[in-house]
Amino acid sequence: MSQKMMDHEAIHKAILRMAHEILEKPATPPEVAGRGLAIPPRRDGGSGIKNLALIGIRTQGVTLADRLKKAIKDIEGVEVPMGVLDITLYRDDLTLVGPKPLVRQTYIDFDITDKRIVLVDDVFFTGRTIRAALDALVDFGRPAKIELAVLVDRGHRELPIRADFVGKNIPTAKSQNVKVVLQEGHDQQDEVLIEDNP
Amino acid sequence: MSTFQRKHLLGLQELSREEIELILQTATSFKEVSSRDIKKVPALRGKTVVTLFFEPSTRTRISFELAAKRLSADTLNIAINVSSTTKGETLLDTAKNIEAMSVDAMVVRHSLSGAPFILAQGLQCSVINAGDGCREHPTQALLDMFTLKEKFGHIEGLKVAIVGDILHSRVARSNIWGLTKLGAQVTVCGPATLMPRGIEDMGVHVSYDLKDVLKNSDAIIALRIQKERQQDKFLPSLREYSRLFGINQAKLQEARPNGTVGPSPNLIIMHPGPTNRGVELSAEVADGKQSVILEQVTNGVAVRMAVLYLVLGAKGE
Repeated sequence: MSQKMMDHEAIHKAILRMAHEILEKPATPPEVAGRGLAIPPRRDGGSGIKNLALIGIRTQGVTLADRLKKAIKDIEGVEVPMGVLDITLYRDDLTLVGPKPLVRQTYIDFDITDKRIVLVDDVFFTGRTIRAALDALVDFGRPAKIELAVLVDRGHRELPIRADFVGKNIPTAKSQNVKVVLQEGHDQQDEVLIEDNP
Repeated sequence: MSTFQRKHLLGLQELSREEIELILQTATSFKEVSSRDIKKVPALRGKTVVTLFFEPSTRTRISFELAAKRLSADTLNIAINVSSTTKGETLLDTAKNIEAMSVDAMVVRHSLSGAPFILAQGLQCSVINAGDGCREHPTQALLDMFTLKEKFGHIEGLKVAIVGDILHSRVARSNIWGLTKLGAQVTVCGPATLMPRGIEDMGVHVSYDLKDVLKNSDAIIALRIQKERQQDKFLPSLREYSRLFGINQAKLQEARPNGTVGPSPNLIIMHPGPTNRGVELSAEVADGKQSVILEQVTNGVAVRMAVLYLVLGAKGE
């Protein structure tokens, strides 16, 4: 059984809102403001787009980072640098699983040192992926700050890590699956589903 | 994409096309690691890799050692002239004693063809063949294929010639297995005395005319004349070999495709090393624009990282 939690429209709005939040600007577009979701400026803010760079975690985080980058360009007219991170080699269960998962390429063509990095992933669950991503990132340099943007926060953290920008909080049972379908690479419309495991 | 199920890498003969492609694809990801400031990932943290070399080697041993270290494995090198085999211990006993110290993978080079098979049967740990006699040198062939793929974008349909001492060459055999599985057209070229009988059965063309081969190939793999295996007088002299089968600038010029000027710009020259300068390749060719010898060495680390990563993940055959 599966239940649709977000459709194309909702995902689009969530990404737009997160882009505004990342830029630390109040969201003014009517579709956001109209729903009473105007975002107050962040207290720790001030850096905005300065030194901002997005890093998507393979595979779907990359698609989302790409969309965030486009949204940021629409708002500010600036292309922010974007990288692609594969965390396979940093997984904490690598010695437990076998055969080894496929390693894909990491691609970061800018120096992350002193940058404000926003990591992007599709679903935030246990936090272990993000732990691995943090380990991977510090091998590339020393960012001024690392933040986390996720489309869905489904709960059940196992580590003291939380997201800074969340598209939607979806409380789930641990046994359920959260499936994020993004139309890039699929012949399907965007959607977020909750599936019950048989 | 399929997963890698093998615990050992003994040769390319037994690998499927999909398995070879998986190793090459994984190596692409690992190549990026070596280009970072911090050239290390924690993938094999806590694993121990031993290199056990019964024959001299610089490149292959260092390459495996660096590969293991960049994956955060601990490495131990055993140079055989200081080990117990000189006191009469058998190969399997030596290996079992090393394994008893909780080793996860053993990289073995031995002058006897098939030695890694004996170890794979007798040991619990992973065994990786780093060259056994005249049989196979799988990681060398994998890095050659990786380099070809990087240069041409594909291997299917490529015309690759292997030039030199085919008879004694494990590099040639591994490359023939691998390249033909990936759809390349392989030609072997060398003195008749160094051409094994029945080599055509491996699916290759045989040629004794270097000029013709240079003209009709996308890539040349020049092999080292193995002076240590030449006791039986296969060659009248190195000078004669060099005259007939050595590659120099003049021969490359002459071999340009019809109607073009200068050497074929796309022809690449490879060599597994170490090079006997002036014998297989002239210095200007070895250092020339078409030579990818040092890129091969760079790629060797990435390919060996991929192999270590994949075999150490498998639970068994």
